[in-house]
Amino acid sequence: MPVPIENSSPSKAQGSKRALYSFFRRLRSGDEIAHLIVLAFAALIVLITLLLVYELWTHSVLPRQRFGWNFLVTSKWDPVFEHFGALPFIYGTLITSSLSLVLALPLGVGAAIFLAELAPPRISHGLTFFVELLAAVPSVILGLLGVFLLVPLLRTEVEPFLKATLGFLPFFQGQMYGIGLLAAVVILTIMIIPFIITISREVLLAVPVEQREAALALGATRWEATWRVVVPYAKTGIYGSIFLALARALGETMAVTMVIGNDPRISASLFAPGYTIAAVIANEFTEATGNLYLQSLIELGLVLFLVTIIINALARVLILLTTRQGTAHP
Amino acid sequence: MKSRLAWRKFVNGFMLSLTGLCALVSVSVLLVVLGYLGWNGWQYLTWTFLTHLPAPVGETGGGMANAIVGSGTLLLIAALTGIPTGLLGGIYLAEFGGKTFTFLVRYTADLLNGVPSIVMGIFAYTLVVLPMHHFSAWAGGLALGVMLIPIVLRSTEDFLRAVPMPLREGSLALGASKWKAIVTIVVPASIRAIATGALLGLARVAGETAPLLFTSFNNQYWSHGLNQPTASLPVMIYVYATGPYADWHRQAWAAGFILLMLVLVANIGARLILSRRSPALRG
Repeated sequence: MPVPIENSSPSKAQGSKRALYSFFRRLRSGDEIAHLIVLAFAALIVLITLLLVYELWTHSVLPRQRFGWNFLVTSKWDPVFEHFGALPFIYGTLITSSLSLVLALPLGVGAAIFLAELAPPRISHGLTFFVELLAAVPSVILGLLGVFLLVPLLRTEVEPFLKATLGFLPFFQGQMYGIGLLAAVVILTIMIIPFIITISREVLLAVPVEQREAALALGATRWEATWRVVVPYAKTGIYGSIFLALARALGETMAVTMVIGNDPRISASLFAPGYTIAAVIANEFTEATGNLYLQSLIELGLVLFLVTIIINALARVLILLTTRQGTAHP
Repeated sequence: MKSRLAWRKFVNGFMLSLTGLCALVSVSVLLVVLGYLGWNGWQYLTWTFLTHLPAPVGETGGGMANAIVGSGTLLLIAALTGIPTGLLGGIYLAEFGGKTFTFLVRYTADLLNGVPSIVMGIFAYTLVVLPMHHFSAWAGGLALGVMLIPIVLRSTEDFLRAVPMPLREGSLALGASKWKAIVTIVVPASIRAIATGALLGLARVAGETAPLLFTSFNNQYWSHGLNQPTASLPVMIYVYATGPYADWHRQAWAAGFILLMLVLVANIGARLILSRRSPALRG
C-alpha cells in the first residue's frame, strides 16, 4: 500500500495558505501535473464505460419506440416486414448458457477441489497452468474444432445414443443434424470450465488452514473435511465463479455462432438448431438494411450488455467477500 | 460401528478420485484441442499459405498473407491505444489512488473486462464506422484497444503494488519528487512484469473475432492504409471454416494453427517470465 507522502494535514489557522503553498511547490516539482495526468487516464476508463452505455442507448431508440417491451417477448423476427421480436434469441441464449452451466459446474468444482485440496503443489500448479491455457484458446478456434470434430461426432454417435436411451424425453427428439443447441451447450461447457476451476481454486485456497485442521482433528475424513467444512466456507466465492462463468457463456459469440445452426426457432429438443443473441448480431449486423433492422440488433446488444454487467457486478461482489474473509494461505 | 467407518472411508476414496477424474477430464479437453488442431493445421501449412493472397473464390491454393499482416496492424493499433491508457491508469490506482474513486475505477475496469466482445464491436461500429461510413482498420484496432485497457490496467496495478515500499521511501529520502520516484524507480522495478501482463492482454485480444466482424470487416486483398477494410486471421478462420469449399476448410485449419501457436507461445512465455519474478519484486 502506498502511504500518503505529501503532508496533507494543514492546521486550521494557516491551513489554507500552507495548502496553497504546498500545492504550488508540488506543481513546480511536477507531482501535481503527474497526478492529474494519471488521474485523467484512470477517469478515462469510467468515461469509456459511460460512453458505451450512451452509444448503445441512443442507437437503439427506433425499436424501443416501435415495439417497446414487446421487443423482448414476441417471437417473430422478420426483416422483410420489419417486425422484430427477440424471444427466440433470448430463449436460445438462456437455454444454452444454463445447460452448459449445469454441465460445467460439477466438473469445474470437482477439479478445483482436487487442485486446491488434494494434489501436491507441483501437480496442482502444472494442471492449473494447463487449465489457464485452455482459457486462452481463442473462441473461433474452438468453433473450428466444433464444426469439424464435435458436430460430426454428435451427429453419428452421441445424438443417436441419446435418442435410443432417453428418446422418450422431449429434449432428445426430432431430426439429428449435429449442429444445434446440444453442440452449442458442449462448446460453451468447454469454454466456461476454466473460469470455474481457476476462481473456485483460488477461493478454496483462501479458506484458513485451521478450518481443515479442526475438522480433521475431530475425526472427519479428508472428503468430509472438504465437503462439510471447506466448501461451505468458500461457498460465496464459488457462487461468484458461477456467475462469472454464466456472464461469459451469455456473451460468447463465435464458437456458438459456428455450431448452433442459426435458426430463430423455439424448440424443446436439444437436437434442433437454435440462435443466440450474440450469434444473431454477429451474423446479421453487416447485412442489416434499414435503420430499424440495425437498431434492433443494437438493442439486442444493449440487452446482452445489461444482463452481463449485472451478473458480473454480482459475481465480483461475491468473490470480493470471500477472498477478504480468508486469512491464511496454505 | 466398523461398517460405518468402512463406508466413510469408501466414500472418502471414491469422491476424492472423482475430483481427480474431473481435473483429468478438464485438462484432457485442452490436449484434444491441441492435438487435433496441431495434426490438421500442420498438415495444411505451406509456404504459399504464408506468403500469398487468398485465391479468387472457386480456385484452390493461395494463402493468407494479407490476414497475417492485417492482424499485426490491428494489434499494433490496439497496443498503441490500449497499453498507455491502461498503464497510466494502473499507475494512478497503485500510486496516487484514494479510496472511493480508486474502488470505482477498479470495479469499472472489472465490469468492462466482462463486457461481451461482440458488444465492443457494436461500440466501435457506432463510434467509428458510422461517422466514417466505411469499415476500417482504425475501428477494429480501437475495439481491441478498448478491450485491452482494463486488462493492462489491472495487471499494472497488481505488479506496482508488489514493489516493496522501501524502494519508494529510499528514493523519496534522497530528495526525488514523487513522480520522479515512480518513473525512475518504481516502474522500472516492475517493468518486466508489466510488459508481460500487457503481452498476455495482447495475446487475449489477438484471438478475438466478434469485435472485428463489423469494424475491420474482411478483405481479399492487401489493404492500402488504415482507412480500409482489413483482413485478420480470426475473421478469416471464421469465414473459411463456415464456407462451402474443402480448400477453404484446409486453409482455415492452417490459419487456426498459426493463431493458436501465437497465442499459446505468448501465454507460456509470459507465464514462465512471471513465475520467475525479478528479485526486487519479492516483497
